Amino acid sequence: MGEEIKVIVFKLGHEEYGIEVDKVQTIERMMPITRVPKTFSFVKGVINLRGVVIPVIDLRGRFGLPEAEHSDQTRIIIVAANEMEVGFIVDSANDVIDLNSDSIDTPPDVVGGVKAKYLQGVARISDERLLVMLNLSEVLNRSEIIQLESLEG
Amino acid sequence: MDMNQYLSMFIDESNDHLQSLNENMLELENRPDDLGIVQVIFRSAHTLKGMAATMGFEDLSSLTHQMENVLDLVRNEKLKMQDFIFDTLFQSLDALQSMVQDITQGGEGKEDVSSIVASLQAIVRGDIAPSVSGQGNAGKTGEKTSTGTGSAIQLDEFQYSVLEQSITEGHKVMYIEVAVREDCQLKAARAYLVFDLLERYGEIVKSHPSVQEIEQEQFDRSFSLYYITQKEAAELQSMIMNLSEIESAQVALLDHEMLSQVDSGSREAAAVLEVAEPAAKDAKAATNGKPGKSEEHKGSARPSAGAAPSRTIRVDIDRLDVLMNLFSELLIDRSRLEQLAYEVKRSDLTETVEHMSRVSSDLQNIVLKLRMVQIDSVFNRFPRMIRDLAKSLDKKIDLVIVGAETELDRTVIDEIGDPLVHLLRNAVDHGVESLEERIAAGKPETGTVQLRAFHSGNHVFIEIEDDGHGIDRDKVLAKALKNGVVTESEAKALTDEQVFMLLFAPGFSTAEVISDISGRGVGLDVVKTKIESLSGVVSVESKLGRGTKFSVQLPLTLSIISAMLIKVGSEKYAIPLSSIVETGLIRREQIRNVHGYTMIPYRDSHIPLMSLSELFDVRDFDEKSEEETEIVVVRKGDRLAALTVEDFIGQNEIVIKNLGKYLPIIQGVAGATILGDGQVALIIDPNAFIK
Repeated sequence: MGEEIKVIVFKLGHEEYGIEVDKVQTIERMMPITRVPKTFSFVKGVINLRGVVIPVIDLRGRFGLPEAEHSDQTRIIIVAANEMEVGFIVDSANDVIDLNSDSIDTPPDVVGGVKAKYLQGVARISDERLLVMLNLSEVLNRSEIIQLESLEG
Repeated sequence: MDMNQYLSMFIDESNDHLQSLNENMLELENRPDDLGIVQVIFRSAHTLKGMAATMGFEDLSSLTHQMENVLDLVRNEKLKMQDFIFDTLFQSLDALQSMVQDITQGGEGKEDVSSIVASLQAIVRGDIAPSVSGQGNAGKTGEKTSTGTGSAIQLDEFQYSVLEQSITEGHKVMYIEVAVREDCQLKAARAYLVFDLLERYGEIVKSHPSVQEIEQEQFDRSFSLYYITQKEAAELQSMIMNLSEIESAQVALLDHEMLSQVDSGSREAAAVLEVAEPAAKDAKAATNGKPGKSEEHKGSARPSAGAAPSRTIRVDIDRLDVLMNLFSELLIDRSRLEQLAYEVKRSDLTETVEHMSRVSSDLQNIVLKLRMVQIDSVFNRFPRMIRDLAKSLDKKIDLVIVGAETELDRTVIDEIGDPLVHLLRNAVDHGVESLEERIAAGKPETGTVQLRAFHSGNHVFIEIEDDGHGIDRDKVLAKALKNGVVTESEAKALTDEQVFMLLFAPGFSTAEVISDISGRGVGLDVVKTKIESLSGVVSVESKLGRGTKFSVQLPLTLSIISAMLIKVGSEKYAIPLSSIVETGLIRREQIRNVHGYTMIPYRDSHIPLMSLSELFDVRDFDEKSEEETEIVVVRKGDRLAALTVEDFIGQNEIVIKNLGKYLPIIQGVAGATILGDGQVALIIDPNAFIK
């Protein structure tokens, strides 16, 4: 019997993703972002969140998906993991659901263009709704992006 | 009772006491006859003992107890200080220090100090220097007690002959060893009962430890004695065992033969001790001649040393950090209010905001001052370190400290200790020459190492200067060539200063012989890295044969700085005022191209010109379209460079925030700050642009 977890649901394109609620600090509307030069293209810059400077990344860019125009649905999800605070720009975020950890299956290799190693699993919520759980520590893995950058550059 | 809440207080106070012990011991070493200092030392040791005992750190309190015994004798003029005693006391201090260190790190402060305790006890017994008791114990070599071996106690000739005679006369001579139970609360009282009992039936010739020591509970669990009686051994044994809390009693009957064996054994042991202590004897001979009368008037010379009550309270550094953070928030709001008041243009609002600004800048000064610590808290351990170093290297060195009252931010203080230790060790080991070399060079035997600290502008300078043989340019170059730090052709073009800076290159160590003290190959590059991580600069000057001076320049504080805000396109940046030389305007036609670099004329020379919008890929501004461009001239050390910007916004106090752990280090960006409008602005690190 798995445990009940609360999950924040957000969207990138048509796909729905989930982050455990205890990793999420707050969800903010889009706000002015100060660009930081000479860094990864998916790092959009830094924001002032009540006196704390927090870097913000575009999650689409992070996963290698085409970046989208920001709309009034666009949100910044501030997550805290691996002793880091980072903001994720997502297309929308408007749901919190309860999930049984048993209902999470191992993810297929690629879901909606996102590589399996960034994913923790896939949860079937209903027949037509699939929720992709993010593996936060892998998403926030810095050593990997540094390698990525040097390959590209 | 839960002692945890007192632990940090205990650690702080112990460190204070240890520090004062160290300082006063050094002082006492210079003026061994000053009993006033001994009093101060005694008080410190006593307080430390009390605290340690209360907190349940047994080893700590027992070691201080032994020190106290020695000091007590000195204080009461029963013992004169001498080199051996100093060394033992210093050793004890070191042991205490490492125990406190252990406790700080969550340990129990346990350490094996039996050898130090043994030598302290030996000093108290007068074994080391029998002459100091003033009783003229000459010839009592046999009384030297072997420590900790549990072997038979040693007898002097007189006691030996008494025992021998007793056997001849038909008395029973016994060697008795009594151990009290481990959980015994009043060991001295139990021992007293044993002595009392024995004295009823015979005579105790000699006991170890001495009766006096036993009365003061200065024995572990067992004591032994020689005893003359008419009683039978078995009877005595059972009588002793009948006393409460006695664990064991061994009674051995001695005859002539055994007695002579014991005696010869003790003589051999004494001979060994004799050999081991020639130094102590020498020292003793030296101090013998000094009369005790000079002590009285000197004792009153420094009556108040170390006793001045300080009007301070201890505050947890974390709380100060919280205060600092809260204050930063306030500063941000202040900037925001100023801006709003400017927009609203209502005079009473403007006045109120202005008043608030003034109050908050006063507040800022105070908050910053709260975090300031006198650099003395770093410097104070150096005299002891230099003393030990000089001793181990057979050099004579005077450490002159100037400006110990200079204040620095707590965060800097915490970090600066190690680099300074490194530089000082360097000065003592590599800088100051050996005695012979100094004499040959016509210098005074005693080398001088100066440690200076002073404020200058927004910086604190720390200088370490020795009067040693200086840095040999050729040696440094040869080494640098060998290690491939520079090439032959580069080497010729280097100025002296540049050559000396090679010392800070990784893996550089010029000492021919790798010594214990410095030169483990990790050398000065670590110092440089550390100081640079504190936004400091280190430099070196040297004159061959005259000495070397290392200077370290550090910022006063690391959290709030004055900065110039500038605009490039739609972006705002802050440049620390400390690295700005001036601001100005240049015309397009003044820009020259030299070897692919853009240069501008500046005060009789040319300096490189860099475009901030290019460096930071700013898309919505390009100064090339401007006829006249604003520039900021920045400097790193002696080198200058100009940065082009679009506009100056103004000067502001900014709070430095980091960019978060996620982002890697970005060249040219030192951090971020939050402006009055709530926006984040990056702080430019101009040093990164000047190569």
